[in-house]
Amino acid sequence: MPLMDWGRDMTENYLVKMRGITKAFYGIKANDGVDFDLKCGEVHALLGENGAGKSTLMSVLCGLYQPDDGVIVVNGRKVVFHSPKDAIARGIGIVHQHFMLVPSLTVWENMALGSRDMEFVIDENAICERIKELSQRYGLDVDPLTPVWQLSIGEQQRVAILRMLYHEANILILDEPTSVLTPQEIENLFITIKHMKEEDYGIVFISHKLREVFEIADRITVLRRGRVVGSMKTFEATPERLAEMMVGTSGVSEVRATEEKPKSNGKPLLVAEDIVVNNDKGLIAVDGISFTLRENQILGIAGVSGNGQGELAEALSGMRKIESGRLYFTVEDVTYASARQMVDLGVKYIPSDRKGVGLVPNMNVAENVALRKYWQPPFKKGFFIDWDEVYRDSKSLVESYEILTPGVNIPVRMLSGGNLQKLILARELSGELKVVIAMHPTWGLDVKATAFVREKLLSARNDGSAVLLISEDLDELLALSDVLAVIYRGKIMGMIEGPKAENIEEIGLMMAGIPTSVGGGNVIDED
Amino acid sequence: MRIKVEKRFYITKWQEVCIILASIVLAFSSGALVFHFLGVDPLEAYKMMIDGSLGDFYGVSETVAKTIPLIMCSLAVALSFTMVVWNIGAEGQFVLGALACTAFVRYLYVDNFVVMLACMGISALLAGGLWGAFAGFLKARWNVNEIITTLMMNYVAILLLQYFVYGSWRDPTSLGFPMTPLFPKSARLHQFFSTRVHSGIFFAVIIALILWIVVRKGVWGYEIRVSGQNPKAADYAGIRSTRNVILVMFLSGAIAGLAGMAEMAGLHRRLQPGFAVGYGYTAIIIAWLARLHPLAIIFVSFLFGALFVGGENLQIAMRLPLSSVQILQGLILFFLLGGEFFRNYRVSFISRKR
Repeated sequence: MPLMDWGRDMTENYLVKMRGITKAFYGIKANDGVDFDLKCGEVHALLGENGAGKSTLMSVLCGLYQPDDGVIVVNGRKVVFHSPKDAIARGIGIVHQHFMLVPSLTVWENMALGSRDMEFVIDENAICERIKELSQRYGLDVDPLTPVWQLSIGEQQRVAILRMLYHEANILILDEPTSVLTPQEIENLFITIKHMKEEDYGIVFISHKLREVFEIADRITVLRRGRVVGSMKTFEATPERLAEMMVGTSGVSEVRATEEKPKSNGKPLLVAEDIVVNNDKGLIAVDGISFTLRENQILGIAGVSGNGQGELAEALSGMRKIESGRLYFTVEDVTYASARQMVDLGVKYIPSDRKGVGLVPNMNVAENVALRKYWQPPFKKGFFIDWDEVYRDSKSLVESYEILTPGVNIPVRMLSGGNLQKLILARELSGELKVVIAMHPTWGLDVKATAFVREKLLSARNDGSAVLLISEDLDELLALSDVLAVIYRGKIMGMIEGPKAENIEEIGLMMAGIPTSVGGGNVIDED
Repeated sequence: MRIKVEKRFYITKWQEVCIILASIVLAFSSGALVFHFLGVDPLEAYKMMIDGSLGDFYGVSETVAKTIPLIMCSLAVALSFTMVVWNIGAEGQFVLGALACTAFVRYLYVDNFVVMLACMGISALLAGGLWGAFAGFLKARWNVNEIITTLMMNYVAILLLQYFVYGSWRDPTSLGFPMTPLFPKSARLHQFFSTRVHSGIFFAVIIALILWIVVRKGVWGYEIRVSGQNPKAADYAGIRSTRNVILVMFLSGAIAGLAGMAEMAGLHRRLQPGFAVGYGYTAIIIAWLARLHPLAIIFVSFLFGALFVGGENLQIAMRLPLSSVQILQGLILFFLLGGEFFRNYRVSFISRKR
């Protein structure tokens, strides 16, 4: 394919130009006037926090979403994609984080799926030949006859990439390709990417890992809150600058709530000593974390999602097994305590997934209030639950937490997000309360509900409880935390006492896995 | 005109009843078509069914006799459905209960009504319960789909039954018919007013009441409802779901097993291959229609009992095959499941505006 035919913009050989892309969901702009370019033979990294709009932008490019506003030019021609099919026809291929392969089919069958010119009779040999040829050319070694479920994650990724090459994509979008790979696999992937670069492919590399971006990208664009905050050649960038761009410094100092509150030096309530926790796949997710959570204290945990926060929260609340290390509640060893025992001790948990974990959507308000206390004295009477007592308790909670519901016998799936969170908060903060583990407690809430939740957490702290606040919202963490820890790959990168807006750069670096001078936590070395 | 389908957020009790009634009406209307093509006047046929099952004292007594196993099997499956565990194996568990109590009568007979009743009951409970718990264990331990295991185990149970009644348990005086000898007096449940209604009806009603209280008010009932609706929330509440899966399958199987025992000791008084006529499968429809409510199950079971008896009457009086009644049952289930769509979605017709 001669390059000349690809576009009219021959001086720069632009494969893609996106101008002023805007896309809103329910009034919230996920992309707001974003410009993005990709040249031939270029790796263009798209950097940003979760929710910064990277995936939305790429979904627009690959035809999954139609933009509300903006223009896409591919190979010099203005295009409108109605579906991913149109984008593939223009040579745009995306390799998702989850590869979207059919596990029971073989490699070649997966390749042939969705092929543009499938004939009635499939020529298996011809397809396999082409796969072999492509895989040799780009060092993507796979056997076309193996069923996909037998492949390792790294091999599956190779199949997903090969599939795009097979469909003659010349613009390849790799969505967080390294997040699932081992270091060796990452190295191989980078070799492949370099090969493809030499053959004039354009590659978009989505990531939030600075180190990898520096290694592979030619150009870097940083998104934050749906807007481009900067775009530069890699040699012009520094890790510090990028981290600051990703995390941002605006609007932090106004909402500081901790400064007016008394300095605390209470007695330890929850003490973790070098705890290790596995994820659902049996891999280490929390890798030796230690901390002390005291009375009258909010310990914030910052970090990009998927670095072990969820597993940590579940382990502390008794829902997940602690593989090694110790967990103490005051002086009591609670390493092996169940969720129920933790509740009885006053260790409460606000999970991030409200409808999936925190509540039973089809059950009513009262039944959901009972969820974490029905075995306790006023509610349990022998083999029976005293529902009158539960209803009474529910009604008073609905009143004092201003939960908007027509009644306590209404299924909670009918409540709004803010009211769902208020209900969870009401249930968890009532009764015996010593420690609250709150995971993304204001995620997706409106301003008013957010303020309500933060106020409740603060008042719990001021009343002598301890709060472990796990969040991805740095503004929130800075506003509420007395101590801030940063988690990366299951380890604490550092802790900052009384974090301020000035610390944001080092927090950003630690979130990206780069150790800094601050922090009393364990410093890890990156592989 | 355009058809708009949107997800329903909330459904009132009234709408729900309407949907169920509409499903039944549609089922009987399509059933009428079937009768029509069989060359029978549908109205006549339905009248004959009602007359036969509810028209006189004998009909009603026959209906009640059929209602007893239906109630128990429906309660059994409803209990498992409450936890969103799909026990399709009530039929097999029913058979196992019958087999176990017959074995007890055959090998360990004691001439004392109370002892026999207790021993037969317990053996049936255990046999049905373990038969169910096995599928529950496979699900809890290795996440084996319980629909498939319970369904398959039905065939095993029925073949076991045939093995015994055609083989070593066959009554030598039965002139070659595959049946065991009649149970002795002490191994029989009482029948009332020289009808076939037996005291097994007390089992059915008592179990219904117990389940009603346990599931609505009990700690354990609450736990299984939470586990069924949202297993992750169950973890969050410290409920041991895997243990409950096995327990629910055991109890579910045990109730169906007890139904088998009541059918043996109360009605047939001997084991024969034809006694399992699909109560365990009909129970699924009944439990669904009754929305798993134990007291509603009593009522719906009675209606299905009437359907069975009415069908028999149809067979005799109009020479229609038994399968015509099964078609009717199938149609009811079909429309009922179709009605589920309208429970979850609202369909509206919008005239296109200019």
